[in-house]
Amino acid sequence: MLPWFSAIAIILIVVGLYMGFFVAPTDYKQGEGYRIIFVHVPASWMSMFIYLVMAFWAAMGLIFNTRISAMMVQALAPTGAMFTFLSLWTGAFWGKPMWGTWWVWDARLTSELILFFLYIGYIALHSSIDDNRRADRASAILVLVGVVNIPIIYYSVKWWNTLHQGASVSVNSGSSMATIMLVSMLVMALGFWAYSIAVALGRVRSIILERERDSTWVSELAEMRR
Amino acid sequence: MKEFFNMGGYALYVWGSFGMTALLMIAEPLLVRSRRRSTLRRVSRLVRSKHTGEQS
Repeated sequence: MLPWFSAIAIILIVVGLYMGFFVAPTDYKQGEGYRIIFVHVPASWMSMFIYLVMAFWAAMGLIFNTRISAMMVQALAPTGAMFTFLSLWTGAFWGKPMWGTWWVWDARLTSELILFFLYIGYIALHSSIDDNRRADRASAILVLVGVVNIPIIYYSVKWWNTLHQGASVSVNSGSSMATIMLVSMLVMALGFWAYSIAVALGRVRSIILERERDSTWVSELAEMRR
Repeated sequence: MKEFFNMGGYALYVWGSFGMTALLMIAEPLLVRSRRRSTLRRVSRLVRSKHTGEQS
């Protein structure tokens, strides 16, 4: 499955970049600067979406005590942290020319920063406990408590008066963007999505091997006979 | 061409965003791959040492 998702990710991102830079027209208000949207919005969506997937696996791990779910949480966390960082980084590079500042303590930006700390906190907590099963449980609870932050991020632009603009794409009222811009952005988002699956699957393979190194099936793997 | 890279005066911001994204999204898969290799090496060494330990 991994090569498939890698290939889909590469194709979609290349197409998305082409559409974003050469097909989509210049914005009448922000000029060429708006093109940051094609990485900013997909990265922000992924930062929240990956956290929800992590929370799902963390809950599965706590309820059914399955080992693979905790490994999935562990495999997703670095990718989620990376997308959160990218969301903040590209946001700063967008805020500077449009708002005149790299950073404001605005509800949207602050809650996204908290999300970044949640990812870092999860990684730190998990790696600080030697016993894997205890680390899984403790950090799963951290992930589940942190889920309250996701709706806060999502609705922050509605609940508070923020410098960050309201959602351009919404389930209720549709999109306020030109179709070609929207399509380019969605292609990029799908590409990022496939990328995340590919990277998480790649990482979970190492985690499984590490944790199951004493089991018989690992010692019988073809890769071990070299 | 020059016009394209200039991005209507927003070059620093547009390329700063896309550059960092490209950097991280290329680095991460490489890190995952090198981790996979080192894990395989370490685990296979463990497995082999266990095997020889059983035989002696």
